[in-house]
Amino acid sequence: MSTLVQHTPDVQPEPEPELSGPLPRRRRRRRAAGETRTITSAFERRRPGVRIGRTIVNGGLLVFLLIACLGPILWLAKSAITPTQDTLRYPLALWPHGTDWENLRTAWVEIDLKLYFWNTVVIAIGSWAVQMLVAVTGGYALAILRPRGSRILYGLVLATMFVPAVVLLVPLYLTVLDLPFTHWNLVNTYWGAFLPAGASAFNVALVKRFFDNLPREVIDAARVDGCGDFRLFWHIVLPMSRPVLGVVSVFAVLAAWKDFVWPLVVLPDPAKQPLSVRLPRLAAVTELDVVLAALLISCALPIAFFLVFQRLFLRGGLEGAVKG
Amino acid sequence: MTALLARLPRLPERLGRSLGPLVFLLPMLLVFGLFSWWPIVRSFVMSVQQTNMVTPATYVGLDNFRAVLDDPLLTTAVQNTAWFAVLALVIGYPVPLILAVVMSDVRRARGLYSLLAYLPVVVPPAVAVLLWRFFYDAEPTGVFNTILGWFGLGPVPWLEDASWAMPSLVLEATWAAAGGTVIIYLAALVSVPPELYDAAEADGAGILAKVWHVTLPHLRSIMLITLILQIIGTSQVFLEPYLFTDGGPDNATLTVLLLVYNYAFANTTGGDYGKATALSLMLAAALALMSVVYFRVTRSWSE
Repeated sequence: MSTLVQHTPDVQPEPEPELSGPLPRRRRRRRAAGETRTITSAFERRRPGVRIGRTIVNGGLLVFLLIACLGPILWLAKSAITPTQDTLRYPLALWPHGTDWENLRTAWVEIDLKLYFWNTVVIAIGSWAVQMLVAVTGGYALAILRPRGSRILYGLVLATMFVPAVVLLVPLYLTVLDLPFTHWNLVNTYWGAFLPAGASAFNVALVKRFFDNLPREVIDAARVDGCGDFRLFWHIVLPMSRPVLGVVSVFAVLAAWKDFVWPLVVLPDPAKQPLSVRLPRLAAVTELDVVLAALLISCALPIAFFLVFQRLFLRGGLEGAVKG
Repeated sequence: MTALLARLPRLPERLGRSLGPLVFLLPMLLVFGLFSWWPIVRSFVMSVQQTNMVTPATYVGLDNFRAVLDDPLLTTAVQNTAWFAVLALVIGYPVPLILAVVMSDVRRARGLYSLLAYLPVVVPPAVAVLLWRFFYDAEPTGVFNTILGWFGLGPVPWLEDASWAMPSLVLEATWAAAGGTVIIYLAALVSVPPELYDAAEADGAGILAKVWHVTLPHLRSIMLITLILQIIGTSQVFLEPYLFTDGGPDNATLTVLLLVYNYAFANTTGGDYGKATALSLMLAAALALMSVVYFRVTRSWSE
């Protein structure tokens, strides 16, 4: 349940026959070739007035982004290893009375952050697995196998995108509390956190559109050679789908790590809660420097994850979804 | 009987052929069925029932809707939610647009710019709110108040004053979400036809004229989408008011979704699932109506 607009990338197979190659290559190639022109022309940029203006605007933007986006995180990193009194009295000073690395250990061990950290890891891995399974098998059935009624089914899946998440919160909770037919109660179980994450129409649509654009000749050739549904899936379609699997994966893991409202509702037992849900309660009863250390630990992994997979995060856009 | 026996050997084969698609559809059918389609249907049923999950549900007609409409907090919640959405439009909507347009013309290290812009998006919202709650310390030694102090301004009672609380929430929400929209705009800006810029220059257009007559028109259809998506998203704001202020001070940040949550899950007043669902449905209906009107009105603009 994000507050503002959430961006979802659109991934298409590469047009080249070499389909299994990593996606970023194309981007690099384009940029290397790239006298792609933007708002200003090369001629304009040579004019002294424009050159100075651009230096000021672009440099100013970089400074602004460094302060506004990186600044709070650097401040958090600094304050996580600063004694409470220094942070309270001189919030912007750089270690006036030395550092206190002990905070990180206190947070990890004594307020038991390690437990909530591993809970979050479990939830992220489980949500990822469920989302992958649903999106890949569903996308494959809808795009390649196309049994009767699959268009209607796809419509029903897409329709859920138009239902605001708010409508689902309470009925979903009651469903998870007493599952239809089996009467299982998934509250306080990780299944209650994983399974609803799988009902993502964005994932299914993303994977289906990717499979739609796979070269039909390859699939037909495999069929002629007597390839069954399962072998086609495992040996032909999946190996060609690394780009879309990568995108679904990174967004699934990050979304699970960021999620707050659903785990808050479905995991009332503190021993099972992820970091997001537990941190506000811990913050109320813990000394400030340890809280800040805990916050740093909680965002370290998603930030590292983002830095490693930045290409997958930064290439997306709505345009395919809008025009398609 | 013999005819049936003769057909038997072919049965597994035919079963196998129709089983394939079904096996692949099964995870999707189960997960969407249980955790999306069924709860959607159920929300309509629950809104006309009295449910507390202990005694069997009873049909109560429109009582839940009446109870919600009679709640004096509803007006407050609707006004606050609208105020949040308006502030988020005024503060939050232009920011990613301006960032993206300037960034699209950066020639060196553009990757660094988008990396920095997106960084706040990957910070878990609960972490971001707890961090900003400390930045918003109302004391003169609070982080933001110290910075304002350098310029002789403040101190500002960020979260403690009823009229300051909501803008403070919006400021953090904008910080947390702008990067995602920047990436959307940047991706759209890649596809501006270079000839349009060339033609504009031939007509003697300066840089700002090119932005106004080429860049922004190219973004128009995306901007219309991000606008309505943002309004839909901000109308469901929950995390910021819940974690920053828990609706306070003096209900100044009580939003519709916070009210839904309180009906259903709050310690003292919770457990009224029928009322919570009724309010959720009313919000969803309002958003649906607004989206329909929006797309009707803007249909001719996006071409």
